[in-house]
Amino acid sequence: MSFTTAVFYILSAILLAAAFRVITAKNPVHAALFLVLSFFSAAGLWVLLESEFLAISLVLVYVGAVMVLFLFVVMMLDIDIEKLREGFWKHFPLAGTIAIIMAGEMALILGSPEAGLKTYPARAPLAADFSNVRELGVQMYTHYMFATELASVVLLLAIVAAIALTQRTRKESKALNVGDQVAVRAADRVRVVKMAATPVETVEAAEDQPQA
Amino acid sequence: MNWATLNLTPALPELFLLAAVLVLLVVDMLIKDERRCVMYGLSLLTLAGCAAVQYWAWTPVPVETFHKMFVADPLSGIIKFFLYGVTAAVLVYTRQYIADRQMFKGEYFTLTLFALFGMNVMVSASHFMTLYIGLELLSLALYALIALRRDSVPATEAAMKYFVLGALASGLLLYGMSMVYGATGSLEISTIARVIASGNGNTVLLVFGLVFLVAGLCFKLGAVPFHMWVPDVYQGAPTAVTLLIGSAPKLAAFVFLVRILGQGMEALLSQWQGMLMIVAVLSMALGNITAIAQTNIKRMLAYSTISHMGFLLVGFLTGNADGFSSAMYYAIVYVLMSMAAFGVILALSRAGFECEKIADLKGLNQRNSWYALLMLLTMFSMAGIPPLAGFYAKFAVIRAAANAGLVPLAVFAVLMSLIGAFYYLRVVKAMYFDAAEDDSAIEVRADMRVVLSLNALALLGLGVLPQQLVALCMSAVKQSLTMF
Repeated sequence: MSFTTAVFYILSAILLAAAFRVITAKNPVHAALFLVLSFFSAAGLWVLLESEFLAISLVLVYVGAVMVLFLFVVMMLDIDIEKLREGFWKHFPLAGTIAIIMAGEMALILGSPEAGLKTYPARAPLAADFSNVRELGVQMYTHYMFATELASVVLLLAIVAAIALTQRTRKESKALNVGDQVAVRAADRVRVVKMAATPVETVEAAEDQPQA
Repeated sequence: MNWATLNLTPALPELFLLAAVLVLLVVDMLIKDERRCVMYGLSLLTLAGCAAVQYWAWTPVPVETFHKMFVADPLSGIIKFFLYGVTAAVLVYTRQYIADRQMFKGEYFTLTLFALFGMNVMVSASHFMTLYIGLELLSLALYALIALRRDSVPATEAAMKYFVLGALASGLLLYGMSMVYGATGSLEISTIARVIASGNGNTVLLVFGLVFLVAGLCFKLGAVPFHMWVPDVYQGAPTAVTLLIGSAPKLAAFVFLVRILGQGMEALLSQWQGMLMIVAVLSMALGNITAIAQTNIKRMLAYSTISHMGFLLVGFLTGNADGFSSAMYYAIVYVLMSMAAFGVILALSRAGFECEKIADLKGLNQRNSWYALLMLLTMFSMAGIPPLAGFYAKFAVIRAAANAGLVPLAVFAVLMSLIGAFYYLRVVKAMYFDAAEDDSAIEVRADMRVVLSLNALALLGLGVLPQQLVALCMSAVKQSLTMF
């Protein structure tokens, strides 16, 4: 077994174990941290495939930005995950058995000589000056331009959907309308009322009453 | 890439639609709440514009563009015309319903048009990647539409279920696609078909991927054993959104099936025919038998959808031009029937009252005999009673199966349609022979009354004179798929 193969198996084992813990961990913060670990191992697998740019963007975007945000949300919301997962352990034996059978069957098919995985030659190493970033850019903006544009439409749709689902104008909101504030005139705020001077009899009358 | 060779003409309808959606998003921001009906008018105008551009960009032969990621052919053209019409009818039917339930917001219209855009992309995709992105566009818009009434617990629950199961189905589909990519070295449907036909592909990997592809596709179609989400989502979603889920996406899913299995994996027919046969038999049996026990009409129609998808697969799995065109005809007729049925349910709902139970239809004939007649036509058509379109559609798929030598399957389909007739007739019985429990007047906007009447009468028209549409489907299939 070469060094690369050994690293591949180690990273894959960590990835699978971490992914399993994501769904079984009792504490949501632990689950999120295990997800970070699985992203990290996946990034390692990409480095083995010589796709450094994808590996780094996985770490920067998912681990650095998305997961940190996600952790904040998990910590701020008081989610009772045990209540959400009622019945998880009850169904786990059956679901686990089916999953193991399926995984075993898939391993038998893909591991058999008929699958012919041996006929796929190992990829030749890339040249030292090969640029991942350049190649990705060229592919994305020429050959796969249509798919890239469509992916941007998916993002736009996600924004519209998220706003439609979360934004609501609250009746009790005390937010001030800046436009109204700027447009205000002194005459609207202060009203000068002219009143005739009257004797202060009423006040005295009010003070007298308790004594009476 | 040479920009001068980029041919945008075939994709013009999609570009127009996307541009119009972006304009609508900005317009929505600028108009006041009480003038929201401007959005309704503009959405209908957009759909009319799309149909006009589609007519102008019509092509009798397949034309590929965007590096073979997008294809415009008669199959996609005809289906897209129907998609525009169906979406317009959905907007007309649901206007009053959403206005009564505080859903009359700009997002309802933009999300519906986004869903249409996703379906258009799916229908015209000739590359696994665009197929998948189109599917995700459609699904994302539908998840959001279901959950649009945030304060309704059943709606949010339905949205959650659809989201989780939809993500699982997408995962299966992507895994299958990656296996096919591994076996053939390409994601382009025409190249995949060529590699498989030449025998250079790795057969074990191909069949392995095919299993996942079929599972993912059946999930999206809602066929047994991947049907669990259908009844819950149909019942939980607001009826306006159920109408959308139950209509246009089925047309897109049919083309999705044709592109992946019919065009890409045509050489593996002997493999997927058997898988789809099991799915079709189970769908027809479970859909029809479970529907008998339902008291909720939306749930009953959900099980009826499952059985109709089984019938559609009976036509499709023959793998010949006759079978594909009969399945296409079935999909179109099914969408018309589903729209008419949900249209009547929407007409009977009003502010503060949801028409959900079969009992809510009791005595409809006394209350309003015209809507009772429209529902009668729809139910008879779904049951496959001549001379309605549903009869001819069932006849066409069963004949295609029998001609392909699948006589036991054809006999089974006939038996199942007999069982199905029971619960459709039960709705008719409730409408005509039971006394009305609720005698409030049925008030329907004039535009909806006209479109709904035309929709239900089209079922009669297509049943009496099916030739035009059948010939159209046949020529579309023959001109679009190179193997025929």
